[in-house]
Parts: sequence; C-alpha cells; structure tokens
Amino acid sequence: MTAPTVPSPAFVRDLLGRRDYAIISEIVTPGARVLDLGCGDGELLEWLAAHKDVKGRGVEKSGARVQRAIARGVSVFQGDIDGGLADYPDRAFDYVILSQTLQETVYPRAVLREMLRVGTRAIVAFPNFGHWRMRLSMLTSGRAPRTALFPYQWYESPNIHILTVLDFEELAALEGLTIERRYFLAGHRKVTLMANLLAEVAVFLVAR
Amino acid sequence: MIVESNTVRFDSLTLDSGSTLGPVDVAYETYGQLNAAKTNAILALHAFSGDAHAAGISPETGKPGWWDNMIGPGKGFDTNRYFVICSNVLGGCRGTTGPASINPATGCPYAMSFPVITVGDMVRLQKMLIDSMGIPRLLAVTGGSMGGMQALEWAVSYPGRVVAAIPIASTTRHSAQQIAFNEVGRQAIMADPDWNAGDYYGKQPPARGLAVARMVGHITYMSDDSMREKFGRRLRGKQDFSFGFDVDFEVESYLRYRGSQFVNRFDANSYLYITKAMDYFDLAYKQPSLAAAFEPAESRFLVISFSSDWLYPSYQSQEIVRALRSRNCDVAYVELESNYGHDSFLVDVAEQSELVRGFLASTFEKAQ
Repeated sequence: MTAPTVPSPAFVRDLLGRRDYAIISEIVTPGARVLDLGCGDGELLEWLAAHKDVKGRGVEKSGARVQRAIARGVSVFQGDIDGGLADYPDRAFDYVILSQTLQETVYPRAVLREMLRVGTRAIVAFPNFGHWRMRLSMLTSGRAPRTALFPYQWYESPNIHILTVLDFEELAALEGLTIERRYFLAGHRKVTLMANLLAEVAVFLVAR
Repeated sequence: MIVESNTVRFDSLTLDSGSTLGPVDVAYETYGQLNAAKTNAILALHAFSGDAHAAGISPETGKPGWWDNMIGPGKGFDTNRYFVICSNVLGGCRGTTGPASINPATGCPYAMSFPVITVGDMVRLQKMLIDSMGIPRLLAVTGGSMGGMQALEWAVSYPGRVVAAIPIASTTRHSAQQIAFNEVGRQAIMADPDWNAGDYYGKQPPARGLAVARMVGHITYMSDDSMREKFGRRLRGKQDFSFGFDVDFEVESYLRYRGSQFVNRFDANSYLYITKAMDYFDLAYKQPSLAAAFEPAESRFLVISFSSDWLYPSYQSQEIVRALRSRNCDVAYVELESNYGHDSFLVDVAEQSELVRGFLASTFEKAQ
C-alpha cells in the first residue's frame, strides 16, 4: 500500500481529467471512510485509496461502469442514488461525495438529506448553470443552452435538475446546513469573485 | 492441465441434526501452487450436481471441470497466482461420503439411513479439509448457486478464516418457488418404483425418476430466451409432427438426453439429501434479521447475479447486499447481463472473469 501523500492538484487533474477531483482530494482527510455516489469507473475511489488510504465504497447505476470499478478493486454497489442509501446506517462515512451527479438525481433534496444522514460531511460538486456562457447561449439562441459543460440536446440530457451556485446555497440554507468550504472553478483556474457568473463547476463541503 | 483427485479421511463429523457421522471421506482436487506464506488459497464450492473436478482435464473421464473456464492459468481464478481447492460436498456421490457410501456398521450402503445433512455440515467438513492442509486463512471462498450458499456459510461460521467471499447467483435462503422445484425432483425420484425406499444399490436404480428430476432442473437453469435460441420449436430429425408421444421437438430430445446422462453420474439418494440441505439452508435461521446473521462476518464480499436468472433472481443477491450494507460491510455488487439464466455463472464467464480477477488482486494486495 502506498503511503498517504499530499496530492498535487495538478497531478490529480492531469491523471483523472476532472477538475473537481483535485478539490475533493484536497478536502478528504487521510484514512477517512468515503462513499462516492455516482462513482463511475471508480477512478476517484481508487486514487483516494492509493494516495490517501481511504476506505472507499461506491454506488453506480451503470452496470458496465460497476464492472470496471470492481475490476479495478473498488467496492461498488450497482444501484440508484435516489433511495439507494436507505440501507446504510447513520454516520457510516466521514465523507459522502456526489460529484457532478446532483443534477441527474430525481430527488436532489432527498439525496442531500440522505448523504448527511449516512455521512458526517457531504462534498457536492456540480456544473453551475448560472455561468455566463449558459446565460448568453440562452439569451442569444432562445433554446435550451448547450455548452461544453452541458453538451446534450435537451431531450437526451441526463441533467434533469439543473442548478446554479445561488440555488445550491439557498437549498443548503433551507436545509439548515453549514457550508464549511466552497470552491469555484473555471477551466483549471479557481474563481474568487462573482462565482455564480464565472464558475463552471462548484464544489461545496457541507455538514449538518 | 491433467489433474488428479485426492481423498482424505476424517474419523467423524458432528452434524447440525445432532448425530455423528464417521468415518467421512472427502474427495478434492487442487490447482496451482500454495505459496510459502499460505495466503493464496481459494476454495471453490460446487453447485448442486457438481463435484471436486472443477478445472483441468480428468484422467478418468477426459472431461474438463465444471468451472474450467474460470479456473486455470490466466483465467479469472488465475492458477499462476492462486492455489485453488475444490472438494465434493458431504452427501455427494463423487468421492465424498454420501448415502451411496458403505456404512461401516452394517457393511451396506447407508441409503436412507444416511443422516439428514445441512449446508452448515458441508462447510464444517470443508473446514476440516482446509485445517488438514494447514491453511490458516482462505483468500476467498466462492461458488455459484449452492456453492454461493456455502460461501456465505463460510463467511459467517468461520469469519477469521476467510478474507473474501464471492457468492454468485445465490441466496441466503430458498424461496417457496425454489423449494417447490426441488420437491418436484424429489417426488419424481420417490415415485419411481425402482427407488424402493432408497434401497436400490446393486439393483436397478430409479433411473426414470432421477431423469425426470434432472429434466425439471435443466428447465430451471435456462431462460426463456436461451431455450428459444437453442431449440425454438425445431423438430428433431423430421419434417412434420409424428402425431404420437415419441420425441418431436429438439427440446424434448435435449431434456431426455440430459436426463439419461445424469443417471450415469449421479446417485438418486444424493439428489434427495442435497436438495433437502439446500431447502433447509437459511442464513437468518433463529436470528432476528439477515443483518444480524451477518454480524460475525469480517470478509469482503463480491456478490454477482445475472439478469436472466429466474431461479436465483437478482433480488435474492440484493438482499445479501442490503444486509451487508446495513452492517457497513465491504461489499461490491453487480448484476451481469446474460441470456443464459441460472447457468450463466457456468457458461457466460467473460465479464465474471474480469470482476473476479480485479477483486481478487485488490483483496490479495490488501491482505498481505
């Protein structure tokens, strides 16, 4: 087993090609118990296990992805995030990660509640629908916006609950959650001002 | 890979029913090499009609083992890396003591005087075998169907002896439907006059009853799709119906063939005893819940089910997984797409092999 090391965000970015993973790997403490919802091929969990010695579990809907995740040694359960966490006991995890998947869930509010029942903290990363390109695309084309972040035709899009930075903060307040950290990204840069307009991806660390 | 079958004898075995059986022979085969630290041993557990011949070519019959596509050099259970053991179950008829074995007290076959056995008894005997081999801890216990039941039993009965369990197309207990199919098989055997209350050794065995039981079994192992693909309504060697009760359809011919073949290699009384053991199996027996039954378990789990398996449907595997998750156990689960019904774990092994390969590699690495 590789000794836990402090990951270089650039390395994570280059390795996995996902900007939000760099942030998540910054947040997660070594040795933590982590549940990754919508974990795909399990690449983040594999990385966290190898570099931060986390005890990782995953949930993924796609059977093909679950197969690839298990084949790489990650313990993944094939199932739906909506309602799929009910079996887990309270506080079974230190972190529950939902990376770029909240907008694909049928009941995002219920999912958020379940995340903070089974986990002490939730890390939620999502594409920000409030980004200026989205707004411009909608304003000029008059159609459901399509950008690099939201590349789908409206009728093919898995993104059924699109949200903005402000939307998430409002839901967090409504749920009485504490936002412990927030990160905003545009390309590989961090955004500090006017996040709702300039951030392509937002990452929140929340606790109840 | 030519393999040899070994047999080891134990003086006695205490059974769940309270009785004792002895001496007890266990037939087993091994594949690959046990490493010096004895940390690479995997116990493969056969399903209802299987035997110790899991892989390689038997010098006796010239036939490959029942999981030859999964166990071998470079295969899912890679014998270049792991040492795989497979033994015939208690009550079986392929080298391990069962109802056809000679009762030393009488000098005659046990027949129906053989004690009723359980999956727990099978596993207790396997543990004696593993002890006799000096293996402190198995890297994995694995099997499909009844083999999966044994894997689950291992995980809760001998938690310190199992690093990982891989139950495939299995369940923690039979449903009414599964018991019903087994009962039809048993009744077919017992309704055959040649069964003679189990006393047929050295005489005409209940071949017709056993063949009918096997025919029913084969239907439950396939799927509607796989039967349509394999047989459809094709006629056997004729252009039109015979308007009689000889074989018309391919599927009739196939079932009759499989039924008659089975009679040559399987003992009818073993059929009764082993199916009853499967029906009695209930991991949550006398426990408040399935989750409570899993309380002692310490191993990792990889649970696999198949989309077209209607005999051991995915919901039964999911019950295992839900109970394990509620205990926060390390469990991976996937339902594989396959058209082959319950037989999928034996015949449609490409994806299963990849899962097992990766799961074992990470388990082995973590366990060192």
